[in-house]
Amino acid sequence: MSSKKLLSEFTPLEMASRKAGFLTGFTKGIIKENPVLGLMLGLCSVLAVSTEVKNAIGMGCAMTFVLLGSNILVSLLRKTIPQKVRIPVFLIVIGSFTTIVDLVMNAYAPAIHKNLGIFIPLIVVNCIIIARAEAFAAKKQILESVIDALGMGFGYTLVLFVIATIREISGNGTFSGVKLFAEFNPVLVMMLPPGAFITIGLLMAVLRAIKK
Amino acid sequence: MKELILLLLSTIFVNNFVFARFLGTCPYMGVSRKIADSIGMGLAVIFVLLMAAVSSWFIQYFILNPLHIEYLQTIVFILVIAALVQFVEMVIMKTSPALYKALGIYLPLISTNCIILAVAILNIRENYNLIKTVVFTVGAGLGFTLALILMSSIRERLEIADIPKPLEGEPIAFIIAGLIAIAFFGFSGMM
Repeated sequence: MSSKKLLSEFTPLEMASRKAGFLTGFTKGIIKENPVLGLMLGLCSVLAVSTEVKNAIGMGCAMTFVLLGSNILVSLLRKTIPQKVRIPVFLIVIGSFTTIVDLVMNAYAPAIHKNLGIFIPLIVVNCIIIARAEAFAAKKQILESVIDALGMGFGYTLVLFVIATIREISGNGTFSGVKLFAEFNPVLVMMLPPGAFITIGLLMAVLRAIKK
Repeated sequence: MKELILLLLSTIFVNNFVFARFLGTCPYMGVSRKIADSIGMGLAVIFVLLMAAVSSWFIQYFILNPLHIEYLQTIVFILVIAALVQFVEMVIMKTSPALYKALGIYLPLISTNCIILAVAILNIRENYNLIKTVVFTVGAGLGFTLALILMSSIRERLEIADIPKPLEGEPIAFIIAGLIAIAFFGFSGMM
């Protein structure tokens, strides 16, 4: 790392380009490389927990925490982890952070923990996290990895939030548990599994139509 | 006996892992393009599922519980599954090249399939004994295979269908999955 400079040694132009790099590093996870709608990763949890906005935000936070933790640790250890055993090491790192989230949520947010159920331990096999560890954090410096994790986590949470909003309002007439309409005939199917599949399918189609 | 048959049928149809529990959606969308691939993937999943579920059951009741380290469940199970998939791959490669040719390419995909870990954890959470664990696991695998085959047969036809441009590929596959899931609701009346 001989080429590494102190922050004060950067010229203003370099600083500006670095800042711009961080910004695109963050926003790419939201639109261009959105983990769910663009890269088709981590679909199981998105489909399953998007029945209520509350659950969606809880899941998004849990996911972002694990992503952040594993990206930081993998990035710090990227020179020490032998290439051949990197996948098992990543799994242990991700598994540890998943266990932390599981125990913390169980203690401080038991209602959400119960609603999310099996999908909290299943964060460990969520393809988004291992894909980011392998494709990004294992090669990049810590600051870039942090920004990547935040961007990806935010992109994931945003999709979850949008799907949950659509499903909760149409299927139950509520938003995060608050009743929105005085008289409303809920479209029950939206709260059931078929509603999740159809919503995400249509959302994906809309996104593609916009991109064209 | 009646209870076991009921458990098997309800796991395959009523609580189908893909359509009712949303587990294994990623490979389901990725692999389900050809019927032959779906059958291969399904068989590989059933095989690994059974081994993973039984070994994780023994680990939970003979190692984690006696030592009171239940909180390590997630880490231990995922490592066991990853090791198991590697091991199965190596054994099949050495002993049966024909089977390896048929299943080999699906095996690496399986270790990140959430169905495997989910079934292992669900068996413990539902307090199933060993026999029920085996029945539940086989049901889960069969249900997944059924979902894959149904989906791939529809997608083979879709290749020649004229659908709106933005819906091509995954979006239409999701909408079809939603329609199949509605059909699967008919089974819940069976119970």
